[in-house]
Amino acid sequence: MAAPHEPLAYSDALLQGILRTVHTIAMVGASANPVRPSNFVMKYLQGKGYRIIPVNPGHAGKDMHGEMTYATLDDIPEKFDMVDIFRASDAVGPIMDKAIELAPQKGISVVWMQLGIRNDEAAKKGEQAGLSVIMDRCPKIEYARLYGELSWGGINSGIISSKRPKLIRKA
Amino acid sequence: MKKPTGPGFETRAVHAGAAPDPVTGARATPIYQTTSYVFEDAEHAADLFNLQTFGFIYSRLTNPTVSVLEERVASLEGGRAAVCAASGHAAQFVTFFTLLEPGDEFLASRNLYGGSITQFGLSFDKLGWKCHFVDPLDPENFRRALTPKCKAIFLEVLANPGGIVVDIEPIAAIAREAGIPLIVDNTMATPYLCQPFDWGADIIVHSTTKFLGGHGNSMGGAVIEKGTFDWNQNDKFPSMTKPEPAYHDLVFAETFGDFGFTMKARAVALRDFGPAMSPTNAFYTITGIETLPLRMDRHVANAQAVAEFLEHHPAVDWVSYAGLKSSPSYDLAKKYLPKGPGSVFTIGLKGGYEAGVRLVESVNLISHLANIGDTRSLILHPASTTHRQLDDEQRTQAGAGPEVIRLSIGIETVEDIIADLDQGLKG
Repeated sequence: MAAPHEPLAYSDALLQGILRTVHTIAMVGASANPVRPSNFVMKYLQGKGYRIIPVNPGHAGKDMHGEMTYATLDDIPEKFDMVDIFRASDAVGPIMDKAIELAPQKGISVVWMQLGIRNDEAAKKGEQAGLSVIMDRCPKIEYARLYGELSWGGINSGIISSKRPKLIRKA
Repeated sequence: MKKPTGPGFETRAVHAGAAPDPVTGARATPIYQTTSYVFEDAEHAADLFNLQTFGFIYSRLTNPTVSVLEERVASLEGGRAAVCAASGHAAQFVTFFTLLEPGDEFLASRNLYGGSITQFGLSFDKLGWKCHFVDPLDPENFRRALTPKCKAIFLEVLANPGGIVVDIEPIAAIAREAGIPLIVDNTMATPYLCQPFDWGADIIVHSTTKFLGGHGNSMGGAVIEKGTFDWNQNDKFPSMTKPEPAYHDLVFAETFGDFGFTMKARAVALRDFGPAMSPTNAFYTITGIETLPLRMDRHVANAQAVAEFLEHHPAVDWVSYAGLKSSPSYDLAKKYLPKGPGSVFTIGLKGGYEAGVRLVESVNLISHLANIGDTRSLILHPASTTHRQLDDEQRTQAGAGPEVIRLSIGIETVEDIIADLDQGLKG
């Protein structure tokens, strides 16, 4: 948990910018178990038009929601723009190092750590290498918050707008 | 913690939760008078039932009009999320059902709305939940009353009907040390006058029937979660931290994080007991909240003037309004309710029970009824009505003795309210 730190603040514009520009996400720690959050976050983001490539050595070579699972980021044969991490905070270091190494060749621009996951040291490294780093947030919740769906559950989106909400749907 | 800067209270009272309708562009919040919602396909239905995606299934759980109200009250209280219910009592039930197991206990201030004393003391007792009532005037009384089975502390910051202000901060510290949430009923103050989350509350409950709706036309309740309580700090809250069999062993605190309590209250308590708010009541309440700041300023100004008038009236023995310097709550009111201590207060009549009955029957502008927080001025004799089911000792402890009259001062011309009371007291 991020408890000992001050809560992180990311502007809506920054998160919106990431969610608009990113198309393909490598999801490290994606679980094949349908009641695990990673599994339904993957499915939700697919439903919004994102391509999700699951990374999980225990499930490598097998299908997850119609996508091939790879053991490591290295094994993914195609390009991806974002790495979404569903691993414990202390496991983030090597994943960040790998993302920095692969960034030029794969086109990675964002490393995102899930709710409750925070590694300030790794984040600093990533930012120094020119990556956008988000910690202790869920892209599903942020997507839903920014585009009105989270409000359906009575959750405070913090958004005040006189414009009609428009969902982004990836082609 | 410093509050993030953002739109002001008045802006949020008008706008929070209510973006234009994405399909039609309707600017006012539409009343979605529907029980149920068409699924995109079978898989979408499954995902919704598993709580794995966002959307609407059935209006017992969620409704788009009610959702707007939920987000608005969450925003005004500075909370993370909210769930509405059919009434304030339903909101309290949903809150305690989500927190407690049979055999559990909790502490409550004894200065509460009489209906809450009955709900906690008698009806909850039948469910195996034991409430210990505590004199809130000394915060240490809560520490002394704690038992290992206590799972929450409950209080009204501005107590109904006594006009007493409870010192939240030290009581919040006692709850924090005990690893249990502090629940504050903010009905009488509203978030415009008091912000309990700033003083350490973890959960806020409301009867939206009162000042939030504000016009005496719609029943409703709300539960707001601050989102910072750590459910995993002890083993007191299995409902939040253990797998939920009704949802494929989902763990609510883990899966939903800082809005886990709201999700659990909705997905289990609201689903299984059914006290959902109607979309029409939500619509009236949303509309009422838009003018909450304007109304509360007038309520408070009128209440202050009426209280000052009554304090010097020969038929009146005492006035318990925290806006008067004579009130023992005056200093606490300045701290917790800097814009004014609401508009509900009590007076004691020199003529006792009979004088009380005579007054409620003599007024012509002020309405004799069992509600508070209406645009109209209201009057009640608690001993013969709301607090009738309590015994004499409980009544006196709750500030509702035989000579007591409760007033809820409305937003009419203040001279007219004063004139009506004056003629009533002479009659």
